[in-house]
Order: sequence, then C-alpha cells, then structure tokens
Amino acid sequence: MRLILDIAVTHIVGRGRQTLVAILGVAVGVGFSVAMAALMQGGQDDLIAKLVDTMPHVQITDDRRTPPVQPAELAFDAAAIAGLRPREDRRGIINPTAAFAWLKEWVPGRVAASLTTQGVVRYLGRDVGATVVGIEPKAERGVSSLVEDFVDGSFEALDVGGNNVVIGDRMAGRLGAGVGDTVTLVSSSGLSRGFKIVGLYHTGITARDEHEAYILLKSAQILDARINVVNEIRIRLDDPAAAPAVARRAEARLGYKSMSWQEANEQILEALVVRNVIMYTVVAAIMLVAGFGIFNIISTITHEKARDIAIMKSLGFSRGDMQRLFVLEGLAIGLAGSLLGWLLGFALVYALASVHFELNAGGRELTRLPVAWEPLHYAIAAGFALASAAVAGYLPARKAARQPPVDIIRGAT
Amino acid sequence: MSPPPALIETEGLTRILPEVVPVTLVEDVTLAIGEREFVAITGPSGSGKSSLLYLLGLLDRPTRGRLRLAGIDTDPMDEAARAARRLAMLGFVFQFHFLLPEFSARENVEIPMRKLGRLSRPAIRDRAGELLESLGLAGHVDKRPDQLSGGQRQRVAVARALANDPPLLLADEPTGSLDSQSSEQVFAILADLVHGRGKTVVAVTHDLELAARMGRRIHLVDGRVVSDERISAAGPPG
Repeated sequence: MRLILDIAVTHIVGRGRQTLVAILGVAVGVGFSVAMAALMQGGQDDLIAKLVDTMPHVQITDDRRTPPVQPAELAFDAAAIAGLRPREDRRGIINPTAAFAWLKEWVPGRVAASLTTQGVVRYLGRDVGATVVGIEPKAERGVSSLVEDFVDGSFEALDVGGNNVVIGDRMAGRLGAGVGDTVTLVSSSGLSRGFKIVGLYHTGITARDEHEAYILLKSAQILDARINVVNEIRIRLDDPAAAPAVARRAEARLGYKSMSWQEANEQILEALVVRNVIMYTVVAAIMLVAGFGIFNIISTITHEKARDIAIMKSLGFSRGDMQRLFVLEGLAIGLAGSLLGWLLGFALVYALASVHFELNAGGRELTRLPVAWEPLHYAIAAGFALASAAVAGYLPARKAARQPPVDIIRGAT
Repeated sequence: MSPPPALIETEGLTRILPEVVPVTLVEDVTLAIGEREFVAITGPSGSGKSSLLYLLGLLDRPTRGRLRLAGIDTDPMDEAARAARRLAMLGFVFQFHFLLPEFSARENVEIPMRKLGRLSRPAIRDRAGELLESLGLAGHVDKRPDQLSGGQRQRVAVARALANDPPLLLADEPTGSLDSQSSEQVFAILADLVHGRGKTVVAVTHDLELAARMGRRIHLVDGRVVSDERISAAGPPG
C-alpha cells in the first residue's frame, strides 16, 4: 500500500497546477459548507433558545384535550356520546394547592402558578388590550426569563405597597405612561381597579412588550372575581429536553392539558427539520460540484497515464491495485481540500461571527449573526468531500484499470 | 529420472480478436521452451509475433488452447493470480522502454521489488543499485528517464525486468528503437542473461541477423509457426 501511495503522490505532485485547482475547488466547497451550516445551525439554536427561554417548558392550563367520560357511558355499554366539546372551565384548576404540591415533589425544576385573563389597560383615555397575568413574584422569578429583561423596576416591586403592575415598554409608550403613574386595569368580567406602574420590561418580542401586564396573583383573582382560582401552572425544567415526559406524566395524573414547549412549537421544529434537509442537500450539491473537479483531474491523469497503467500491469500490478491507486489520488486531493476547507470555513465563520448590527436594542433582538461552532459541521463537510473524491477517483480508475494492457502497449509501440 | 517440465508449454494456442470480421492473431501454436533457452520469434509484420509474446506473458488471454508456465496451467487463473505470476516469474522488455517518467532509474527498478515485498527497503535499494551497476549504469541511478539516452533507458528497462530475478524474460523488439551500438549492448546483456545467469529469454525480433545469433528461432507467418529451428552456432558472445 505504501508503494501505491508513493506512486499516487508522485502523480498528483507532478501535476501541480491542476492539483492545486482541484484542491481549491474542494476547499471552497468545504469552507462554504461549514460556514453555511454554522450560520443555519446558529440561527436554529438561537430560535430554539428563544422558544425555550421565553416560554414555560411545560404549561398546564385548565383546558382538557378530551371531554370527560359521561355518566351514561359508564352506566350502559351501548351508550356512546359523540360531538361533545370540553367546556370552557372558568373554575380554573381544581385543588391547585394539591396539584402544585404534587408537582413540586418530583419535577426536576421550578413550578409557578398564575391566573391569566384578558383585559384592558387604560390611562388618560387611552386603551390597550392586554393579557393580564397574576403571579407570585418569587415563584415567577424561577420560571420566567422576563426577570432579565427589566429596563426599570422588577417583579419584586409588585410586593411593595398596594396594587402594582409591571408592563412592557411598548405598552407604556402607547399609553404615554411611565413608572410611578397609575393605570386602570379592566378585566373581562367588567371589574376595574387602579394599579401603579412599578416596572417596565423590554423583551424585544412586540406581542409581549405591548400586550402583557403582570400583577400579583391575589390582585388578579380579585380583579377577575375568581377568588383562589389558578388557571395555569408553569414549569421550568433543569433540562428542557425532558419537557414532553414531564408534560405526559402531569397530564395523566391531573387530567389537564399539559403542553411541552416542543408540542407548542411543533410546526416550527418540523420546519427546522425541513430546513436541515435543505441545508445538507445544498452541502451535498456543493461537494458534488467539487467532485466534478476531482473527477476531471483523475480522468485526465488516467488518460495521460494509460501507458503507465499498462506497464504497471505488465510488471505484476493487478486491476485492483490500479483502482486503489487512482481512488487514493482522488482521496488525497479530497483530504488536502478538506483540510484547507476547514481553515477557510473557520475563517468564514469567524468573520460572520464578528458582524455586529448597530441596533438600539436592549432585549432579545439580534445584534450579531448567530453562528454555531460545531465540529460536526467540519466532519460532515469533509465526509461529503471525501466520499465525493472517492467516487470521482473510482469511476475513471475502474475504466482505466479494465482496459487490457495489450491494447495500450500495442498502440504505444 | 524424468526431465524437468518445460518453462513454457503451449497446446493449440489461438488468439482471435472478436471484431465484426474476426481477426486471427495467433493460430494453433504448440511449442515448448525449456530453461536457459535463448529464443527468437521472427516473422514479417503482422505475423503475430508480439501477440504470441503477450499470450506467453499472461498479458492477454487465448481464445483457445492451453498455456502452462513452469508446469502450471494458466487457464483457470483469475486476473489477480495472473498479475501475481507476472510479478514473480516474468520480466518484460518492450521496444519502447516504458519507464515511469516521474521516477528515477533506481526507483523504476525498485518498483517491482517493492510490489513483491520479499526484500526489505534497504535490500531493495542495494539490489536496484547493483543491477543498474551491472548493466553499466552506475553513474545514472538517480537520473530520471528523460535525462538518459535511448540505450541507457532500455538498459534500465532490462534492470527493472530482472528486479525480481524471474526465470523468464520476454522481450518485444528490445533493440528495435536503438542505434547499432546500443542495440549491440542490449543484445549482449540478453545473451549474458541466458549464458551467464541461467535465464530463459524469448525475444521478438524482425532482425534476422540478430535472430541468427540466438539459440533457437521460431518463425511465424499469419499467426502460425512455420519453422522452429535450433541454431547450433549460438553461444556466449565474444
């Protein structure tokens, strides 16, 4: 094998310029594949991180996926009731204290209860529709990433003094209100109360910054006339990937719809899979084009070396030796191109990671291109390049090795 | 005590090219060539001399007939077995030197030995040097083929053919492209292989004067053996 390797190296070194062009072709393919994969993976990771960070990992609400079994169905085998819709349960989660305690026993993470209702925030005659969330500030800190997005005040300020509210900065802007001003919250049940703004946050997500308001759980229960009611339990897990299992277990026990973040974003995750398929198809196409370069040079070498192939066969080299020789030449070009491509890819990813957007943003808006530093991308790009190189070397090698040496020797003499 | 088997034995060896109109290159050749023989295959152009040599050298497969090398039937051999047989038992010298142009004279001679793998790398290097030296190329071992004269290249080709010490050397017009002086040198080397080193040399030539100085002459016409005569005058040169 060492002899075959020596001959292969001699062949490709002997064609310096052609070899360099082929190596550069592979290197550009590998480099751009790595950069593209880093950018796409980075965007995907960023999106998933946002999904994971900005919403509970598991959300238990007072909805049910299927209506409960009806008494008639339990009493009579022949009874079947179809077309029932689960009722909109205004009572909230039944016995929330027991459910909460049970969850805290085993859930590997933090749990918080809340009452979420729809309402209007009013200030100086301006109305903004809002989702009003009643929370317990200490527990909320454990499950919500919102604590990191406060531009003024905090959740804890809700506990100080009378009726307090924290709202997004965009809502404050629309209302023309600021910290210290008192706004009126009107619930869907028609009750209203004055709340003093004690905090502003900016997540960068318009829907939240403009249409969410947080008050104490007790205040929300009074405002919505639902004393002691909790209609949502939110869970933040140590391992976000465990969310589906936790959701399944909670739903099986409590009977309430328990939705993991993966289920809530199923379509987005499916779209990401499709995006990955597209990305790797493009990577394969790039490497295929690079493979044509290798095919070209190996074809040229086998054509030019037809006489040498014949003479080596006359010396005692087998057809398999000849195939190995040219496949090795293709692989050597593929390997050199891959190594150079890794450097190019690294440089491109580094350059992309250095791009900075000058945005006036304090939330979760992108200020840099999200890139992933993933060794797997380098391995996959090199894998495609080497496979492409092996095929590109094998096809002309097989043809050349099959040619009877006598035909070539006769033609040459 | 029975005599040792002939180095080459053929029975009805025939090679027909399967063209639209089939072309018969070699037809019904039956012969035996023993050890230490110096054989010339002669005949007019297109008489099948080279085709017969390629069949004997396992570079081509006969359409019909049998070929035994050192008593072993080559018919059932697959491609790899034939390649292995060529490597260990046969040496080729062609009209054109066919040296690998990127390698030096020494490296060209080393290649068959490295492929066979019987010797260590230092032993291979020494043997290549010795072979080239014995053929008068001591000062040219590191030169590439394009830095050598025609005669020197052909002597390197002979050294390469002898690298694995094969008992049988097949030469196709080995002096065909050389001037008379180089031609004489190469012929002397081939003769010495037979008389000095005990090899069997089968050489195709259309130079009847050269053929007359070999030990045996097989004459072909239209692919058939028309005469097979031993030349008593043949002997060591000089």
